[in-house]
Amino acid sequence: MCTYLTEKVSISGSGKGPSGWFRLTDASVYFDHPVHAQAEHTLNIDFLDPGAGPSARVAVELTAESARALAKAIEATLDSAPPGLVT
Amino acid sequence: MYDAMLAESVTITGHSGDEIEAYSARTLQAGPVGGVVVIHHLPGYDRQTKELTRAFAAGGLNAAMPNLYHREAPGAAPDDAVAAARAAGAIPLPDERIVGEVAGAAAYLRGLANSNGKVGVIGHCSGGRHSFLAAVSLPLDAAVDCYGGFVVGTPPEGHPLRGVPPLVQRIGDLSCPLLGLFGRDDVAPSPEQVAELEEALKAHGKTYEFHSYDGAGHAFMQVDRPSYRPEAAVDAWQRIWAFFGRYLLSSVLGEDSTCALT
Repeated sequence: MCTYLTEKVSISGSGKGPSGWFRLTDASVYFDHPVHAQAEHTLNIDFLDPGAGPSARVAVELTAESARALAKAIEATLDSAPPGLVT
Repeated sequence: MYDAMLAESVTITGHSGDEIEAYSARTLQAGPVGGVVVIHHLPGYDRQTKELTRAFAAGGLNAAMPNLYHREAPGAAPDDAVAAARAAGAIPLPDERIVGEVAGAAAYLRGLANSNGKVGVIGHCSGGRHSFLAAVSLPLDAAVDCYGGFVVGTPPEGHPLRGVPPLVQRIGDLSCPLLGLFGRDDVAPSPEQVAELEEALKAHGKTYEFHSYDGAGHAFMQVDRPSYRPEAAVDAWQRIWAFFGRYLLSSVLGEDSTCALT
């Protein structure tokens, strides 16, 4: 099934693509058919700078289990940062 | 069989008279031969669907695949193009636009020097739905729906197609014979939805041929995915060749036309 569902979020940071580092302004998060991962559906994230064109993209396709583990790890990492560093 | 072909990216006139990119694979037979519009799946105008397009040319037909994401990302890599379309909020693409792009590809095929004027359409996954959409919207000679979802039934809560009337409501407009290829383990379309579609085809006296395969789910024909089921896929391909042979080449080769497609 094509879910088509997409969560879009504004972000701030940098990513590294084939041409080197670039700024990131947007992310698309969706659970849909992957391009490369060997699963029927994956949790996909596109880190983007739309202003720099379609190729300004860092993409990941994760199994649902991997995505949940990653989300927990991100939350845990931020929660465990020394006080005052995470604003 | 003489199997030379020419495959290349071309520009066609798509929806609203706009120029878009398409992948063309043409048999170099003098013809006349039929043509197939290949509708790519959600991941886009990719290597795998270009291979599918060339397969029809190798089998003695002309084929063309419009790049449905060309408007959002001209010249981009296929995976970047679909990502750009998604980020722009363009997915799912409007049905009207898809029909316009398919109509442009069909006109391109009918305009080829070796065309017999017949055009069919085929698509997988979302392309299967779009193949059915094209067949109820355009004058065509054959349509193949490979496990297209949401032709019948109501999409889940929150799904972008939730408010779109199911295409089966337009079945009276089906312009050509329909070949449906489905996996019995699929959920979109489910076996119940396939049965509903078949009942609608019967009720409207439409010409159709359905094959559903045990042990196969969604995307059972996609060779580089874990969903690939070779036994079902091989049989499905034989059905496709026979179907297109019957409806796209019959004016040229008569009842033995399926032999020309191997």
